[in-house]
Amino acid sequence: MASAFEYAPAPESRSVVDIAPSYGLFIDGEFTDAADGKVFKSVSPSTEEVLSEVAQAGAEDVDRAVKAARRAFGTWSALPGSERAKYLFRIARIIQERSRELAVLETLDNGKPIKETRDADLPLVAAHFFYYAGWADKLDHAGFGRAPKPLGVAGQVIPWNFPLLMLAWKIAPALATGNTVVLKPAETTPLSALFFADICRQAGLPKGVVNILPGYGDAGAALVEHPDVNKVAFTGSTAVGKAIARSVAGTDKKLTLELGGKGANIVFDDAPLDQAVEGIVNGIFFNQGQVCCAGSRLLVQESVHDEVLDALKRRLSTLRLGDPLDKNTDIGAINSPEQLARITALVEQGEAEGAERWSAACEIPSAGYWFAPTLFTNVTQAHTVARDEIFGPVLSVLTFRTPDEAVAKANNSQYGLSAGIWTEKGSRILAVAGKLRAGVVWANTFNKFDPTSPFGGYKESGFGREGGRHGLEAYLDV
Amino acid sequence: MSEKSEQRLSVFKTYKLYVGGKFPRSESGRVYEVTDSKGKWLANAPLSSRKDARDAVVAARKAFGGWAGATAYNRGQILYRVAEMLEGRKGQFVHEVAHAEGLSKNKAAEVVEATIDRWVWYAGWTDKIAQVVGGANPVAGPFFNLSTPEPTGVVAVIAPQESSFLGLVSVIAPVIATGSTAVVVASEKAPLPALSLGEVLATSDLPGGVVNILSGKAAEMGPHLAAHQDVNAIDLTGADAALARELEIAAADNLKRVLRPRAEDFTASPGTDRMTAFLETKTVWHPTGSLGASGSSY
Repeated sequence: MASAFEYAPAPESRSVVDIAPSYGLFIDGEFTDAADGKVFKSVSPSTEEVLSEVAQAGAEDVDRAVKAARRAFGTWSALPGSERAKYLFRIARIIQERSRELAVLETLDNGKPIKETRDADLPLVAAHFFYYAGWADKLDHAGFGRAPKPLGVAGQVIPWNFPLLMLAWKIAPALATGNTVVLKPAETTPLSALFFADICRQAGLPKGVVNILPGYGDAGAALVEHPDVNKVAFTGSTAVGKAIARSVAGTDKKLTLELGGKGANIVFDDAPLDQAVEGIVNGIFFNQGQVCCAGSRLLVQESVHDEVLDALKRRLSTLRLGDPLDKNTDIGAINSPEQLARITALVEQGEAEGAERWSAACEIPSAGYWFAPTLFTNVTQAHTVARDEIFGPVLSVLTFRTPDEAVAKANNSQYGLSAGIWTEKGSRILAVAGKLRAGVVWANTFNKFDPTSPFGGYKESGFGREGGRHGLEAYLDV
Repeated sequence: MSEKSEQRLSVFKTYKLYVGGKFPRSESGRVYEVTDSKGKWLANAPLSSRKDARDAVVAARKAFGGWAGATAYNRGQILYRVAEMLEGRKGQFVHEVAHAEGLSKNKAAEVVEATIDRWVWYAGWTDKIAQVVGGANPVAGPFFNLSTPEPTGVVAVIAPQESSFLGLVSVIAPVIATGSTAVVVASEKAPLPALSLGEVLATSDLPGGVVNILSGKAAEMGPHLAAHQDVNAIDLTGADAALARELEIAAADNLKRVLRPRAEDFTASPGTDRMTAFLETKTVWHPTGSLGASGSSY
């Protein structure tokens, strides 16, 4: 099947991005070395090439950055909202201007296909700044009372799956509401955040308003535990989220957490099946499944199980895995060897527990970290692959007979971030959506994001919402 | 090279209307003299006719579907683009506003800057107004029920007579931010900033016909616009009390939405009422079914 579609290579040019051999921490408007001089390497997961050497923040650097953010807070929060708005509009515009460069950079550093960084990540990043720019002088109208106040210094820790988009989700609302920020990007994807520091320079953003600290978990812990941080925002794993919740206990720090998920994608027998299959593929293989809201559990009505599975396997056999910079590539690289090992271990466990594995037959490149699109059938709710977040291109297929059973199975999870419903019947969409314990429910679509639309989870998928009018609350003293 | 010491003769601009994305003269062939605050001649502006007004309504109607159907994000980008374009032509507008309103250069610069910021303010509203004035309604039954604002259609705008630029933009931007299209009658005695604004709008990715600008007499065009059956709303800000009453009566014939003139401080931060004045609310019901034990009820 795969050989029916031969594509000539169509790589996006790397020449639009100029990666420096080394980068510092961005503190108080300056690039600076780590206090202890530590550095780490950022590696391209599709080639294992070292892209750059980056300063590694430690506790002392965190303290410096928080102090800089604290100094900047008074002036920044006192600016008229209309002036803060114009800084953010400038940033949005510069991101639009430099979006191709940033898309290529993100693809190099993260491993995801250029098709995604170019058409999803970057447009959403710019739109997010554009949206929150407009709120900066309209906070009186946002429903939080007259003249709602910012919190102060926000400590923000973001993951590696959507590096620049997660930065935008964190920084845009924080700055619009008058906070200053210290942000720690993930250790495997620090580069786009450092390029963002340069965008802040181009926009003329006052020093100290945004501070970027590349580093590991210890720097993240130091940041969220810093006594002069007023707000903690974290996106990442549920285990780390729980640790952060414990660490801020007894403080006045406001906390929002956007954590793991095990999204149920429910396909009823009256669904438009071709569209549903596309939605299933998008739901779990977008960004190699390294998406917290991925539709990683397919719940398919028994009567259409075989039909859906046949179509799904046929479709998966046409996905092109390989060079993320190639514009035809559907499946890029797994972000790190550690993540690849986690995915591999969970899949092996799935097989050991008796679920039936099927993987698309695709050629795996010799260098880099890769995992072929995989699905499990004969999965029960007790199987690890139906319960644990795999965070990779692995779909677990379960079946149901009645809508009640679908809802019960969908909700049978510690998580509650996203869900999908595929049916032609509007009342069924709304009835099922009403019963799902999940923060985002997509009907006859999946993985749709928009800066105006709040995103966040129920249960152990975290709390607080990012995006939309609701997203302001996390950064206001209300 | 003896001519070098002589002052270069400047090139005058022919001020023209802005209708349907083009710059026509008045079909009537009429112009009127525009002077500065001291009575010095500035330009001959088109004295628009009933026919010009009707043409502008046709253009605004034609543009409405596309503009109302554009995403709010797209409209916001375009309004912000207007601000960017204006910033680059600040000098020209400072000059025109200073002459039009008899202001010092510094004062006129403040007015122009406030006007640019007004575009930015409304650029930010395009994708937020629905979240402020719309929402889910918790009806007592198994129904999804959602109210969303929608643009009313073609809005005739009698622009403020005194505030020729800040006032002008303060009444145009809220109309188009939410997706309506506008036919604007500029300040009668100070129409030049408005006519120049047309040149900015034409280079800001704003689709032709979304804003149409006419110069001339509100008292001449107003009654035709107020009585026009394909106009959905009228903003009477620039009409005096007698004219406003006359136009409001005419507007009642097809129940236009009317925004009455009132005391205005255009330098103050605007609220949302200029947008909501030209919004309809649409409420959609849909059964949600219920999760019966059998699952058969949905």
